[in-house]
Order: sequence, then C-alpha cells, then structure tokens
Amino acid sequence: MILEMTTIGLSRLQFAITAMYHWIFVPLTLGLAIIIGIMETKYFFESKKHGNSASAEFWKKTTRFWSRIFAINFAIGVATGIILEFQFGTNWSNYSWFVGDIFGAPLAIEGIFAFFMESTFFAVMYFGWDKVSKKFHLVSTWLTAIGANLSAVWILIANAWMQNPAGMVFNPDTARNEMVNFWEVVFSPVAMNKLLHTSTSGFMLGAVVVIGISAWYLLKRRDVEFAIKSMKIAAVFGLVSALVLAYSGDGSAYLVAKHQPMKLAAMEGLYKGEKRAPLVGIALLNPDKEITNDEDPYLFDISIPGALSLLANRSFDSFVPGIEDIINGGYEVVDENGNVSKALSFEQKRERGKLAVEGLREYQQSLKEGNDSLKAAAYTQLQDNFDYFGYSFLDQPQQSIPPVALTFYAFRIMVILGGYFIFFFIAVLFLTHKERIFSIKEQYKNFIYWIMILSIPLVYVCSQSGWIVAEVGRQPWTIQDLLPVQAAVSAVNPGNIYATLSIFFVLFTVLLVAELKIMFNQIKRGPDNLS
Amino acid sequence: MDTLYFLQHYWWALISLLGALLVFMMFVQGGETLIFGVAKTDVERERIIASLGHKWEITFTTLVTFGGAAFASFPLFYSTSFGGAYWLWMSILFLFVIQAVSFEFRNKAGNLLGKRSYDIFLFLNGSLGTFLLGVAVAMLFSGGSYNVDKINITNGASNVISTWTNPLMGLEAISVPFNLLLGLVLLFAARSLGLLFTINDMRSDSEIFANAIARCKKSLLMSGLLFVLLFVLFLVMLFLRTGYSVDPLVGTISPVKYKYLFNMMELVWPAIVLLVGVVLVLSGLSGAIFMKESSPLNKYAFYITGGGTVLAVWSLLICAAYNYTAYFPSLVSVQDSLTLFNSSSSKFTLTVMSFASLAIPFVLAYIVIVWRKMSHSKQSY
Repeated sequence: MILEMTTIGLSRLQFAITAMYHWIFVPLTLGLAIIIGIMETKYFFESKKHGNSASAEFWKKTTRFWSRIFAINFAIGVATGIILEFQFGTNWSNYSWFVGDIFGAPLAIEGIFAFFMESTFFAVMYFGWDKVSKKFHLVSTWLTAIGANLSAVWILIANAWMQNPAGMVFNPDTARNEMVNFWEVVFSPVAMNKLLHTSTSGFMLGAVVVIGISAWYLLKRRDVEFAIKSMKIAAVFGLVSALVLAYSGDGSAYLVAKHQPMKLAAMEGLYKGEKRAPLVGIALLNPDKEITNDEDPYLFDISIPGALSLLANRSFDSFVPGIEDIINGGYEVVDENGNVSKALSFEQKRERGKLAVEGLREYQQSLKEGNDSLKAAAYTQLQDNFDYFGYSFLDQPQQSIPPVALTFYAFRIMVILGGYFIFFFIAVLFLTHKERIFSIKEQYKNFIYWIMILSIPLVYVCSQSGWIVAEVGRQPWTIQDLLPVQAAVSAVNPGNIYATLSIFFVLFTVLLVAELKIMFNQIKRGPDNLS
Repeated sequence: MDTLYFLQHYWWALISLLGALLVFMMFVQGGETLIFGVAKTDVERERIIASLGHKWEITFTTLVTFGGAAFASFPLFYSTSFGGAYWLWMSILFLFVIQAVSFEFRNKAGNLLGKRSYDIFLFLNGSLGTFLLGVAVAMLFSGGSYNVDKINITNGASNVISTWTNPLMGLEAISVPFNLLLGLVLLFAARSLGLLFTINDMRSDSEIFANAIARCKKSLLMSGLLFVLLFVLFLVMLFLRTGYSVDPLVGTISPVKYKYLFNMMELVWPAIVLLVGVVLVLSGLSGAIFMKESSPLNKYAFYITGGGTVLAVWSLLICAAYNYTAYFPSLVSVQDSLTLFNSSSSKFTLTVMSFASLAIPFVLAYIVIVWRKMSHSKQSY
C-alpha cells in the first residue's frame, strides 16, 4: 500500500511517524520534570533542616535517579523535535507560507522563552550537582520543568489555531492569512483547552511511568523505600492530573462539536444525526458502511441515550449532526451570537470555496491591470466566501470525511484508558498509604505490581490515541476548512520522501531501541548505582 | 522611516545575529572533530566529549531557534529554501539528530550500537554537518533554482507556491565552488574554536593534559591558518560577485556587479563590524598560538576569536540582504528572488515578535551566568 502512495500520503506518513516518535519522549519529560522538582524540593528542605541527614541523602539519590531517566528521554525528544519543526518547511511549504504569519510567532516566542530556559537549566540540573549551590540547583530544576512545559504551550497554541483559526484575516496581496489579534490566537478557548488537556496527559504519563518503574523494584523486593516514596508522590500528582485531564477532555469534546462537527461525527461513527443522540460506549464498526449506502454503521453497540447531545451541546434534546448531515447540510446551526441558520451542504461549501479562489485570482489580476473597481468586487467576493476557501480543493464529498474507523477506535481507547487511570491512581494511593500494599498476600501483591508495570505501555497507547483522535480526526484539513493537505504540501516527488521517510524510520527505531535498553539498564542498576 | 521597513530590517539583523551566535556555538561541532586525531588517549577523548557534552544543548537550541525565528519572520524563505533544497536540509537534520543522542548514550551500558558508533556520529556531525550548513548558508549569496508564484495556490492540482527546478533538490549546491568554500570556512572556523575551547578547558588540569594541549596548539596553527586563508578567499570571491538589487518603488530585481562590495561601502557600518571581527579573530588566534599563557590575548583567546567570528558572520549576513539586496537569488527566475520586502511576515506579526525579542538580553544574561557557574569547578577523574 505504501508503495502506491503519493506525495500527500507520504508527507503525511512522514510527519505522523516523526510526531508519534516525538510524542513517546516528550510527555514523559513534561510530567517527570515536575515530579523531579517535587522530589528535589523535599531534598532541599530536608537538608536545610537536618543537614546531610540520611533522609536528605535519600531524596538526593531519588532525585538523581529520576533525573537520569529524564535525561535519557530529553536528548531523543530534542532530536525528534527539530525534525518536526523543519518538516513544516521541507514537506509542507505551501502551508508554511499560508499560515507562517500566525504559526511563526508562537514558534519564535517558544524559541526565545522556552527552549533556552529548558536547555540551559537542564545542563545545571543534570551536571551541576557538585558545581552550584543547592538553592541554585533547585531553582534550575524547576526552571527546566517550567521550560519543558512552556515549550509545549506555544506549539499547542499553534496546533489549536490549525483546528480553529482565530484572530486573523486573509490578505489577498500576499495570498496568506495574517494575524490581527495575537490574544485571540493565544487565548482562544480551543487553545486553552488543548493546553490543559495535553499537558495534563503528559503529567499523567510521567506519573504512571514512575509508578510502573517503582513497582518493578517492589516486585524484585529491592530499593523498597525509594520505590514506595516515589510511588506516593507520583500517585498524588497523577490523580490530580488525571482529574483535570478528564475535565478538559469533556471541554475538548464540546469544542470539537462546535468547531469541527465532522471530527465529532467520526469519533462517534455517527452517520445520521439525531436529537437526543446517543454516546457510543463500546461498538464494532461495520466495515461495509459508506455514506452512499444504508448499512447500519455498527455491527453491535452499547450506547448511552442522549449522552452525545449532552456532551456536544450541553442539552439532552439538542441535535447532533452525523457525517451524512454535514455533507447534505440543511440542519439548523446556531452561531456564537445566537443566530440560527441552515448548515451548508458540501456542494454549497465547495461552490463558495471556488468563489473565494476565483475572487483571489481576479483580485491579483486586477492588481496587475490596475483595475480598481474589479479589485474591490473581487476582494468582497473573496472575503465573503473565504470561510470555505479549502473546499475548493476537494472534488468529492468523501474527501471531506476523516478515516472513521481509526478516529472512532482511537477515541474509545483514549477515553477508556483515561478512565482506567483515574481508578489506577486512587488504587495506588490507597495501597501506598500506610504501606498497605505490604500486608497483602504475596501472590496478590505480585499481581498488583505487574498491573502497575503493564500500565506503562497502556499509558503510552492512551496518549498516542489522543493525538490520533486530534490529528486523524481533522483530516483532510491542515487548517480547518481553509487548507486541506493536498494544498499544503511541498512539490517533492514521492521517491525523495520514500528515502527520507525510510531513513527516519530506521534511525528513530534504532534510537528508540537503544534508548529503551539504556533505560532498562539504568533501572536494573537502581538508584544506588548510577553509572 | 516606514515601520514595516524597519521591522523587516530589525528581524533580519536579529536572525543574522542568531546565525552568527550559532557559528560561535559551533565550537561544539569543531570540538567533535578532535575526538579522532587530536585526542590520542581515552582520557583525552572522554574529557573533550564531557566538556562539550555540557554545552551541546545550547548550540542545538540556537539552531532550533534560528529555524523558528526564520519561519516567523521570513516564512517565504522557510518554505522556499526548505521545501526546495530538500536533500541538503534533510542531510543536515540527520547529522544533527545523531548528535543529539550521542553525548548521552555513548557511555551508557546497553546503548545498542556501541560507544564507537556514537563517537563516529559526533565526528560526522562536527565535520559533515558543519560543512553542509556552510553550503546552505552560502546559498543566501549564490542562490538556488526555484520559482515562486503566490497565485499558484489558486491553481487546483498544481498549487505549490515555491517549486524547485533542479532534481537534485539542493544537493547540487555542493558542486558550486563558492558554496564549497563557505562550507570549508565554517568547518575550519568551528574546528579552530573547538580547539581553543578545548585548550582552555584542559588547562584546569594541565598536569594531566600537557601533551594534549600541545597537540591542540599544533593543530590550531593549521586550522587557524586554513580558516583565515579560506575566509579571505571567500571575501574576495564574495566581493567580486554579481548580486541582485531590488528597486524599492516597483520591486523589480536586477543584477548589479560587485553588489556585496558596494553594500559594504555604502552601508559602512557592516564594513567596520567586519573589520573589527577580523582583527579580533586574528588577535585571538595569534594570541593562542604565539603568546604566553599569562597574556590576556592567550588567556581569553577563545572568547576573543569567538567574538570576532560573531561580528564577521553577522556583518556578512547583514550584507546579504540590506541595502535592497535580494538575499536568496533565484537562478532560474530572477524576479522571483527573495528580498526582505516580499518574504517577510506582516507588520503586526513582526511587531508582536519584536516585543518578545525584548527578552533576548535577559535570556543571554542567564545563559552567561549559568555558563560561568558551570565552568568554575574542575571535573574529577
């Protein structure tokens, strides 16, 4: 299948692979940095109170161990990050111009404020134990954590803008979107929610990894104090994060319903919309279902009546459009000011998109000819229809539908695992409180430890699924309604992308295996024997 | 003065400064070229890598920020150069990816590829990575084979705005002598700075590293000489070059003989900056090679040469675009060449970014503080 792919498909695959690799390492650093900060703060106050007591040394050792795990991930996170940044130019050059005016500012600010903070203070955090004062070291560790999280802020704002463009106008002179309100870009509800949801998912992941690794020590009956104390901190931090994550997840679904109804329909496998729409809990999708046939979308399903309407519109009785409704239009929509109108069909949007493109072409033509009246008319035509600009690049309604099965299942995996982790943290808190875990029978105890260890791969699956929902669910759009992938790519022929894609894949896989082997090795050595 | 005009020039000056600082920070890359050859024993190799390992992230971050700032301020350059010279940039990226993991992974048990592989990665990054980056930067003067037509976005199937016409997608730049030359200049500049850094660093344990320091000095004589000679040759070739000038009123672009020489003469201040830079580089290098350790020129040779390099590179990058110069000429369609005026972000975005840029002195200050603190105490053996 890959051999038949075009420039668009290959560029997408290359970006997806890089992003997914990047997202293996980054969320761990987001969460782990804060957990390390908490541990070092404990060390700092212990040593301040009691000097170099056993307790202070314990926290120092604990901090240093988790810092080592952080460092191994940090380097490879940086390596995959630079590829993502440069790929905007190498493989998505049209996109880079079309939105560079908006996307670039957060990226530059990220560089100035966040990247240097993270990399400079990371050097102190990792190498500076014997070189700087305890206070300076502690501040550096927290600045590393803040820097790591700030790095995520700006890129997420940029991503949110792509899902819900705000604070810009299209300038026909330069043929691109230009920012007119920075705060609208930064503080758009989609951006705020995405920020909260993604950062807390990283926090949760970090917490689960700390608990899982600690459980391995308990399973091996070694470094028990280190493991149990690490677990306690991670469980509290993880539970708080998971609760905020769930709350922002709900907000996220609400915003998707508002701004990306097609994504919501794909998440639910909803073809025909309805009032009191049910939320599908578990279901098997019917692979034969197309918009052109009347097959049932599910082979079986367990659904909660009305819950989707409540989730999407905060009202049981509201109508949630399905994929077919969005393509056929005609249902009622209420805009931000409370005005009611009929939704446009795919064909109508496409027509208007074509009018926008025609307006832009005529505008540029009139510029060359110096024809002011044509210019004014073309400008109006462009701006009146610009909201649908991207539809002009699509030929068939099917092209406006994201891959339903992938989005649907990824969404379920994310939500079910997210729910599991709330109970997981509560259980870990309960078991570690007063060391209850040690009074459990041996065979059960080991079983529990294994659950904790195996939760590590699960949290990665959960986290990656979240990104699949966000990114696959918004296809075909790089920028919602304005620029589909086919109008965003660079003119690089498939052969070249095959080559770079293969190099990336092999390189990242080798580095991932090396990284895991190094990490397992460090874990085996334990906190007392860091190499 | 028109605000947009000012902002375009302000941001070009800033990203040029970032590029110049990057060249200075590439002493890390230069240092990586020493691990095979100059370093003869494991202790020496470990020391060089450990010291560079504390600094590489700042160099890497400077590169990432350079990319981000270029995207933000001149997005058409980003899309045209990166999307066109695809293989050149991708090769550079691969060579930096393998660096990022190597410092951390090389000494760890279970690192899959073995220590030597990671050392080779570092060497490749330091040599080939530096060289290719120089080739890419040279294209700001020598240009590339591309077309730009913004209205292409309305063209249905063939809607790409910037298209590259050479099927080698950027690799052809390596065959241009001018580009090759700048690649070599950058390589020897980085190596000289790497040697100066290493000499400085090893001095705190001079009893252990006396032989290594002597070897570094010997190597510095050769590297420094090549750096200076090749740089002079590059300047001669640059000043004899035909550049492209943009008409500020109508935007048409036309060739001008000796454009870069005229830029220096007409703007004057970049010429002064260049001159000061060259004097500093020469003083630093000769201080390190010929003077006693107690003399300030020898003691601070790394910083003096580094400072000189920053000034020289900054001046040349300014010269590439200021004075109505097309900074990335198109070899196939001159009128499509990029200028500060047709490739920048909007006035609003540049203004927002300019407010953010006020934090740069603060960022530089904490980097310097951390650098000083981390450099004070000796490493243990």
